Amino acid sequence: MRLRASSRSVAGAPSIEFEAVSFAYPDGTQALAGVSLRIEPGEVVAIVGQNGSGKSTLVRHLNGLLRPVSGRVLLDGADIRPVHVARLAARVGLAFQNPDRQLFAGRVSAEVEFGPCNLGIRGMELAERVRGALEDVGLAGMASANPYDLGYSRRKLLALASVLAMRTPVLVLDEPTTGQDARGVARVQDVVARAAAEGRTVIAVSHDMRFVAECCRRVVVMRAGRVALDGAPSAVFGEAAWPELRAAHLEPPLPAVAGARLGLGATATEAVFVAALNGPGGTRGRT
Amino acid sequence: MAIELSTVRYRYAGASVLALQSIDLRLEPGQVVGVVGANEAGKSTLCLVASGFAPRVVGGRLEGSAQIDGVETTALRPHELAQRCGLLFQNAATQLSTTTASVFEEVSFGPCNLGLPVPEVVERAWWALRAVGIEELAARDPARLSGGEGQLVALASVLALRPRYLILDEPTSELDPAGTRLVADALVRVVAETGAGILIVEHKTDVLERIADRVVVLERGAVALAGEAAPTLADPRLAELGVEPPARVRLERGVRASGVPWSDRLAEAVR
Repeated sequence: MRLRASSRSVAGAPSIEFEAVSFAYPDGTQALAGVSLRIEPGEVVAIVGQNGSGKSTLVRHLNGLLRPVSGRVLLDGADIRPVHVARLAARVGLAFQNPDRQLFAGRVSAEVEFGPCNLGIRGMELAERVRGALEDVGLAGMASANPYDLGYSRRKLLALASVLAMRTPVLVLDEPTTGQDARGVARVQDVVARAAAEGRTVIAVSHDMRFVAECCRRVVVMRAGRVALDGAPSAVFGEAAWPELRAAHLEPPLPAVAGARLGLGATATEAVFVAALNGPGGTRGRT
Repeated sequence: MAIELSTVRYRYAGASVLALQSIDLRLEPGQVVGVVGANEAGKSTLCLVASGFAPRVVGGRLEGSAQIDGVETTALRPHELAQRCGLLFQNAATQLSTTTASVFEEVSFGPCNLGLPVPEVVERAWWALRAVGIEELAARDPARLSGGEGQLVALASVLALRPRYLILDEPTSELDPAGTRLVADALVRVVAETGAGILIVEHKTDVLERIADRVVVLERGAVALAGEAAPTLADPRLAELGVEPPARVRLERGVRASGVPWSDRLAEAVR
């Protein structure tokens, strides 16, 4: 994969801080119950947890779509409560879990233009952003299609492109790999790697433990509206954390399970598992 | 009795290319058939055609024969199709009726429309909620569910119809690993209890490895590979067809490629 960090200038990413954030929906559902979390600029963080554990609710606080009932959300140390959603949109791009709640335009290109246009981008710069974003998600050449003629997987990639085109310093992806085939997942992984190389902060909500283990350097496990675990994939998917992981309705990826059974230590990814097997403690030559 | 597609070709209304070309497929009651393939390979279209939803409801042009229990789907009216074959859309949120105030009412909506006596509607709704493990959501507002919860409610709503055939388009896409396991177990139980035949599109090949009898791999609207689940999911051509093999298969491949022989001990460790 070629990383084109140099051609994509992005303003410095802010630090993000959740300070004892609680949120309840109008029907009384308590979605967040005192979340405290600090994310440094340029981190690639996965948010994982059971369905209904508050993952999507948490990330919707980042661009002001939801406001905490109590507690504060800070960008670079400043409370975002008084900041208008339109201003936050320039700093935090959020790709929805369900693309059909995000897409609205009659043309793919119009869909991708909408975000940067609202940020005041025009002319060549706008055209270049649209082209680049569509290329990044593998939809180059579909600029004039109607979004609703695309299958679900492509609509999801389009929703991602329309956020990428805003070149926000913080990128929030809600379940980016669902509905994607092997190539689609690889595209999403490339997008995350490129954003990270550009110094952007990436926050991905995901149930795809393989994607999480391979792409993210930090994993935050949510359970019943709280942070239950927080650490590197090797720690969060390590044997000691399994009881907590299972209590959060998650399962460690297979390489982690197999590595533990074979006494290879923390092998969260296939590559690490195979390397460990070939290493001094591995089974090479002994089987 | 079966859903039987013979040399089916299908084109959406206004589309210039065929979405399906020459598909042969058979789904019998009590059987689980998994469908995999790259994005835009025709998986969702296959679901619409196998359930009779296309062309009967969405239009388009069907050639060849698509039969449910010996009757062409084009000869059945929508409510007749619905009684024979339950269809779960890929985007579960678009499936919910948006007219009900609680999850319980949402799940009762289908059986109610079948004109069943109230006690049976209630019995079926609870059965379906239990089957997918969401009894505690019964009183919640369907419009205020998380993505995964909504998907489970949509699945329960289809199960409550107790159709002979279930066509499920990525029923676990937004579920956590435990929810995915729960749905997989629930489908196995539904087959055992009701004898339903299930056609399931699923990117998570680990799920198909556990529950499917047969697997069909689509490529550009045609069947590229088909056969018993285990050997088909271990077929080396799978990756070229844009399909991620199950984790176990990938790990074994990675180990062998590194020069370490695959032993019983390793096979045991990935079980």
